[in-house]
Amino acid sequence: MTSSLHLWLIPLVPFAGFLVNGLLGRRFPKALVTAVAFIATLIPFLQVASIALHFSSLTLPYTENVAPWIAAGGFHADFAFSLDQLTLIMLLVVTGVGFLIHIYSAGYMAHEEGYWRFFAYLNLFMFFMLTLVLAENFLLMFVGWEGVGLASYLLIGFYFTKDSAAKAGKKAFVVNRIGDVGFLLAMFLLIAHFGTLSFGEIFSQVGQHPEWQGGFLTAIALFLILGATGKSAQIPLYVWLPDAMEGPTPVSALIHAATMVTAGVYMIARAHAIFDRSPFALSTIAIIGTATALFAATIGLVQTDIKRVLAYSTVSQLGYMFLACGVAAYSSGIFHLLTHAFFKALLFLSAGSVIHALSGEQDMRMMGGLRKKIPITFWTMTAAVFAISGFPPFAGFFSKDEILYQAFISPNPLGKLLWFVGLLTAGLTSFYMFRLWYLTFFGESRAQAAAHDDHGHGHGVHESPWIMLAPLVILAILSVIGGWVGVPEALGGHAEIAHFLSPVTGPAHEAAEGGNSMELLLAAVSVAVALTGWFFAHLMYFAKPELPAQIASKVRGLYLLLLNKYWIDELYGAVIVTPLLLISRYVLKGLFDTGVITGGGLAMGYTAQGLGSLVQRVQSGNIRSYAGWLALGAAALLLLTYFGFGTHLLFR
Amino acid sequence: MHLVLFFIFGGLCVAGALNLLLQRHPINSALSLIVVMTSLAVLYLLLGAEFLAAAQVIVYSGAIMVLFTFVIMLLNAGKEDRTHGSKAAYIVGFPGAAAVLGILAYIFLKQSDQLGSAKLGGYLVTTSDLSRVLFRDLLLPFEVTSVLILIAILGAVALARKEH
Amino acid sequence: MIVPIAYYLVLSAILFSVGVMAFLIKRNIITVFMSIELMLNAVNLAFVAFAHQWHRVSGQIFVFFVMVVAAAEAAVGLAIIIAIFRTRNTLDVDQVDLMKL
Repeated sequence: MTSSLHLWLIPLVPFAGFLVNGLLGRRFPKALVTAVAFIATLIPFLQVASIALHFSSLTLPYTENVAPWIAAGGFHADFAFSLDQLTLIMLLVVTGVGFLIHIYSAGYMAHEEGYWRFFAYLNLFMFFMLTLVLAENFLLMFVGWEGVGLASYLLIGFYFTKDSAAKAGKKAFVVNRIGDVGFLLAMFLLIAHFGTLSFGEIFSQVGQHPEWQGGFLTAIALFLILGATGKSAQIPLYVWLPDAMEGPTPVSALIHAATMVTAGVYMIARAHAIFDRSPFALSTIAIIGTATALFAATIGLVQTDIKRVLAYSTVSQLGYMFLACGVAAYSSGIFHLLTHAFFKALLFLSAGSVIHALSGEQDMRMMGGLRKKIPITFWTMTAAVFAISGFPPFAGFFSKDEILYQAFISPNPLGKLLWFVGLLTAGLTSFYMFRLWYLTFFGESRAQAAAHDDHGHGHGVHESPWIMLAPLVILAILSVIGGWVGVPEALGGHAEIAHFLSPVTGPAHEAAEGGNSMELLLAAVSVAVALTGWFFAHLMYFAKPELPAQIASKVRGLYLLLLNKYWIDELYGAVIVTPLLLISRYVLKGLFDTGVITGGGLAMGYTAQGLGSLVQRVQSGNIRSYAGWLALGAAALLLLTYFGFGTHLLFR
Repeated sequence: MHLVLFFIFGGLCVAGALNLLLQRHPINSALSLIVVMTSLAVLYLLLGAEFLAAAQVIVYSGAIMVLFTFVIMLLNAGKEDRTHGSKAAYIVGFPGAAAVLGILAYIFLKQSDQLGSAKLGGYLVTTSDLSRVLFRDLLLPFEVTSVLILIAILGAVALARKEH
Repeated sequence: MIVPIAYYLVLSAILFSVGVMAFLIKRNIITVFMSIELMLNAVNLAFVAFAHQWHRVSGQIFVFFVMVVAAAEAAVGLAIIIAIFRTRNTLDVDQVDLMKL
């Protein structure tokens, strides 16, 4: 029997860090705040690492029931944590990448007011994310789910004095809430049908009833999908993620690239037993994922803010993960989650390094020629760009290719179409990433002399300090070798990650015959498409820099459509937000609140006053009037006594 | 005989009461009240309460009413002006008083058969009977009453004293 | 001849209501006080009548106590009236009306 792993410590240490920094951080010197934050993140990472080292000696699944929470009638839910292969991978990503980003932030945020606040919120986020990942039941997962939304709101609105940042924070929170409603409804349905929210019990019940197909399981799955689209920024609830770039860059790296937005994918993978029983839900996931991937990639083609491009790229890559889950290749989705965490975090952090070097400039049209001036940033970002574009032997190639292959061989009739759209999107991804690469690092320097007010250093373009560069280097190494745990057999590997996850996610699909050669062929096609994207980017942004403007003026309508993000935000605003605001302001506030409630209160007040003033006249101080009333009362009592309840009085 | 006496002295009572109501000067009202009380003493005698009749004359008309007269003379109360001070007293009070009278009269007359009648000498309570009950069964209330009178004396003296 | 007890009681009722009406009509405090005494006497008569009817002494004992209390009350009440006259210089019942809202 395994001795206790004390899983409850893993989320609790960052929470302690949050409390210390949050309550006392204002008075601490910066070094102490940093130390507290680092320790609060390092300890969980070391604990997870030690669990990973002893992993093979554990009996799985391992659950730890810390305390009972709700016991109401037949339903009960506990504070319980569980560990299996899927959890372990997520834990490694969250604690590992989280720790690296903490180190980076110590350098990036060094000149900020509210330094202590930043690290407090970051630790709070770690606490909630770890709770989400370690949870043994839907209810505790929901606690983490909501909590990361809260931390995201706090961190997006970190520069709260800036109007756009505050609005972006609100937008993120509200849109997430809509998804959370879906999650809640799914939980209610789960309680109704299964009587419990514990993963183990629900999945074993589903397993024991192979006749349960579709029906209520589809309903549960669809509501869970709604929740996932909110958290993982898919259509229709992706609109918050581009605006979330208002937050500091480390926040974008940690929350909006590596961890929080992957919670939706994790949840689908965790609950795959339910989704497997509903082909309709799986198709929905696949279609949403693919459509979002293509949609976001097209928008990313023309954006000028470096962080916006990366934001849309995140939405697009999350679409790939959804596609993987949609064709029931859950381990491929998780594999892409892992590699994406590495190269997307690296992309954001190095973009932050570029922004820092240019003292706050984020517009790519004002960049250029930075290759020689900030070499380490350049080389790490290059590694990330190659990884995301899907070039072997970098990480992104293996994971993305696995997804496309699984889509191609999927028994789902849409499989080939999804593969084609995914392939197209891969080409677009390669194009806009290399576009970013060329615009930022190559060509003549277009940077202006005036400094942005975010990072006013005022001493020219300079490389970032080592505390920021070290995480970049580590992540770059991971972006190169991170994919090597999933090399498929067709290419000479052993697909370790798929085998590792198979106890949790089910065996990976293999094509019937001619599997290996098909896979090789598809891999070659993917690489060709990526190269095509690079070629066009090279043509338009390095060889002939006047070409983009010419093309844009020729397809002006399409260009504007993409530049304005298909006007989706405006559409939502007009169709949903404005009517709600009007109803709230005029009907609910004007009619009900002011009219009915306040009016009712006032009416009662006036009535009481009126009645009071009437009754007041009786107490006039005049003895004779008192006597008059007394006489009347006496007569009434006499009447009552004799005729009322005194009629049985007998006169002897 | 009994009936005649009853009507004479009953009539005197009512006449005295009405006179109290109608007179303007308080001293006249006080004297009418003395008439009422003395007539009542006779009625007590008719009902066989000889001690009470004596007490009525001595205490009520002999002490209390004299006290009233003293105060009227002390304060030099003059004639009353007939003005209307309170509407409620007339509007509500008169019907109320009339109703009280009406209801009571109705009840008593309705039940007059069951009430029996009074005969002269039918039930005579001697002073010894009264005092037997008073000093044996009701000794405690009797003593308490004397304390009450003491307090009343003290209160009256304290209240009516001239402030120096 | 026999007098029905009811007649005594009716007489008592008449005296009582005359007392109430005097209370309502009169303006002099002392006269008002006297009407209270009238009401008490009416009640005394009723007690004695009932005592005679049921051959019980307790009716008369009650009258005894009522007389005692009436005496005490008259003494204290008149003292208060004197005190009021000293402070307000009026014996008008309508002008002693400070206890109002």
